[in-house]
Amino acid sequence: MEVKKVSWIRLRNKVAYLGIFLALALICSYVESLIPFYFGIPGVKLGLTNVVIVLLLYCVGTKEAFCVSVLRIVLAGFLFGNMFSILYSLAGGVLSFLVMVLLKRTGKFSVLPVSVSGGIFHNIGQIAVAALVVENYNIFYYLPVLLIAGFVTGFLIGIAAKETIVRVGDRF
Amino acid sequence: MKKNDRIFLSIVFGILLVIAAVFYLTGKSNGAKVQITVDGVLYGTYSLDENQEIPIETDGVITNILIIKDGMADMTEADCPDKLCVHQRAISKTGETIVCLPNKVVVEVLGSEESELDSVAK
Repeated sequence: MEVKKVSWIRLRNKVAYLGIFLALALICSYVESLIPFYFGIPGVKLGLTNVVIVLLLYCVGTKEAFCVSVLRIVLAGFLFGNMFSILYSLAGGVLSFLVMVLLKRTGKFSVLPVSVSGGIFHNIGQIAVAALVVENYNIFYYLPVLLIAGFVTGFLIGIAAKETIVRVGDRF
Repeated sequence: MKKNDRIFLSIVFGILLVIAAVFYLTGKSNGAKVQITVDGVLYGTYSLDENQEIPIETDGVITNILIIKDGMADMTEADCPDKLCVHQRAISKTGETIVCLPNKVVVEVLGSEESELDSVAK
């Protein structure tokens, strides 16, 4: 059963493809900004974009995934947020990315634990920056809720990312 | 799911539950007053016992309005676009906070004097 699939990214126009993935990540941000998702706790979000980032991390490479992640945060901040949301997301995004890369490098875990750790550390990064900005460390009161929220959203995103990788991962 | 994954996820979830339990089961008492800080500077302290409306001003402009009613403090107005602090539920327990990040306003519930001494002694 020889089905020839078209490789998307191994081609010479890698930049163009990464641009498309950046656009996809931005659309995820936009969709997420439309969903009102209030739990009485600020900062709980699904993190839809992480599907794209995890996909790139597994199928293309660390550098490419990092670039798309950072550019996505800055652009989404200009489009749908403000300076604070950029600062916030950047801390969360970079921290969660580092943890995901380290965990993936150990080679012991599959997509799901990597995504869960990403979700958890995203919230740790954000709350740390928030505490620095307002110079009040009592907002760590919400940390446990945010950690569990990170676990749950990371789990859901992990399932989505895993299924995506199973279906299109061999095209890269 | 691989075996490693399952072990990892269970351990992480266990740790999170323990952290949450320790955080919320210890010392969750009704607060006595709220303290408002703007940009790390004390703005004022208000009793939770009396119903009142507190406009929070920065440079002469009212940026947020906090309403205290029935022992609960709730942010009802904010001039920032995201309004996260307004959407947040009212707070009444010691240690709970409402944060308005763009205006750098933090509203925090404090206990009475004695319990504050306790927390220092801990």
